Amino acid sequence: MAQGSTKVERQTGGAGGPDFKASMATRYGLDRAFTVLVTVASLVGIAVLAVLLVDVIRDGSTMLSLEFLASFPSQIFPENGGIYPALIGSVWLLGLTALISVPLGLGAAVYLEEYAEDKRINRIIEINISNLAGVPSVIYGLLGLGIFVQLLAPVTGGGSVLTGALTLSLLILPVIIVATREALRAIPGAIREGGYALGATKWEVIWSHLLPMALPGALTGIILALSRAIGEAAPILVVGVSLYQTYATAGPFDGYMALPTQIYDWISRPQQIFQDSAAAGIVVAMAVLLLANSFAIWLRNRYQQRS
Amino acid sequence: MAIRAEGTRSGTDAWKRNSRAREARERVIKVFLTACAYLSIFTTFGIVIVLFEETLRFFLEVSVVEFLTSTRWAPTQGDFGVLPLVYGTLVATIIAIAVALPIGLLTAIYLSEYAPSGLRQWLKPALEILAGVPTVVYGYFALTFITPLFRDSVFPGIESFNAISAGLIMGVMIIPTVASVSEDAIFAVPRSLREGAYALGATKRETATKVVLPAALSGIVAAVILGISRAIGETMIVTIAMGAQANWFGSPLEGMQAMTAYIVQVVGGETPRESVTYKSIFAVGSALFLMTLVLNLVSYWFVRRYRETY
Repeated sequence: MAQGSTKVERQTGGAGGPDFKASMATRYGLDRAFTVLVTVASLVGIAVLAVLLVDVIRDGSTMLSLEFLASFPSQIFPENGGIYPALIGSVWLLGLTALISVPLGLGAAVYLEEYAEDKRINRIIEINISNLAGVPSVIYGLLGLGIFVQLLAPVTGGGSVLTGALTLSLLILPVIIVATREALRAIPGAIREGGYALGATKWEVIWSHLLPMALPGALTGIILALSRAIGEAAPILVVGVSLYQTYATAGPFDGYMALPTQIYDWISRPQQIFQDSAAAGIVVAMAVLLLANSFAIWLRNRYQQRS
Repeated sequence: MAIRAEGTRSGTDAWKRNSRAREARERVIKVFLTACAYLSIFTTFGIVIVLFEETLRFFLEVSVVEFLTSTRWAPTQGDFGVLPLVYGTLVATIIAIAVALPIGLLTAIYLSEYAPSGLRQWLKPALEILAGVPTVVYGYFALTFITPLFRDSVFPGIESFNAISAGLIMGVMIIPTVASVSEDAIFAVPRSLREGAYALGATKRETATKVVLPAALSGIVAAVILGISRAIGETMIVTIAMGAQANWFGSPLEGMQAMTAYIVQVVGGETPRESVTYKSIFAVGSALFLMTLVLNLVSYWFVRRYRETY
């Protein structure tokens, strides 16, 4: 070993340069240290997530109960308050956002993958979509405020749950389009040619073969996008979500509360009981998020094994 | 013979009728799909028009020079210098990148070069969850866990609202962004480069840091720029944990206001639509939009560059 390292040393004097360390022991030592470093670094995020979960469960345990899920928030008796209207509002947001964004997103993806020829305008659309994916969510809120709340008030009813859903739909459309395009691209060309050979038109091939085959992959992206949408607070704060209302949302033109904005409202109150309520609300939100994510991952793994 | 001709004719007729209906349907569907794709263009135009219309009306009342150069931001007193808000945003962003760049990059190296494939399948989705946690949750965590932790340990004089807690947690939020875009770039480096390095006697660490990383550099730059853009646009963490008081050149241990937090603060109050304060959120929004747009375009360019190289 000692002899080996002297040999190497002699070489370093030449063209090897200062980067080439002589001692194998040092080099392997550094390698082991680096392996530990990258392993630890990759666990930092997970560790923070774990601490966060333990922290909110501890803080929220006093408030968390079935009653918490079924009660209206209360400022006079905050210990009896709950997240019922916020939960119903978030379910409305989720449903309407899915109804609006999924067909539009699938449509745009099918156009870009199957119809668009490589023209300049299509390249512009592509760059444009990847840029929209990076626009801050609060900016989408300002867009919704200008278009859906003010300009289209007669159609949307101003600050209604429909307005909220339209705004969130625009926000997640780029994500849905990108996920669906990837799923469509993974389908072999032979499937399309087989369909055409049997006399099917373009749309018949898309409807009967491509969409069903792309769906599992696209669905993974759609679920993640939707779970992101209902976790967003900033854009719906801008387009007029209610921070307090005495009724649960019952139609698309009603006002609405939502889980993340309810949590935000509680956090911004100084009393401890509201902080605990916020933590309990977070536990509910995280449970929904983890469920949605697990389902998406399960779907993707199943799909990947098949193909 | 006659029958066959008859059959062929009726068959042809049926086919033609059918075909015309099908062609019409094809055309209608194509129009609908095209409209879906063009919606993204309208969205961009919508953003630009809404933002710049109100911004123009804002600049009829406040001078552009004051907005861009004054260091006083106090809308209630009519002071509209945006720099203190930009400062708040930048301080939080720099702290976030200081966390997310090293951790995200090392994570990407681990995922691509070191992790056994079984663990990799677990770790990647777990990291995606980090990116999907609602930002109000991170805000709560920064405010009620990280800040008290700092107060009891290293920074006894820290304010309840401060940039360092908000920035650190924002860094955790963007780790997955930096890690996943960097990993794509690192993964795209051809095997032959690694094998060449091993053949010259390099160790695994030397190969990863001195051959693979430089080859993936433009993708990593893209990842970092994308992370910066995420941090600049992030709203709820800075609203909840960093405060609502503009603070020009404050220390990271003090409260300060970010651009996004200002927008949320104004829409949360009862500000009349015709007031200068209301219009100011669109001016701040325009500045925010332009900053992220430039960063996203630069990042897009870098991603394309590494895709073209290999």
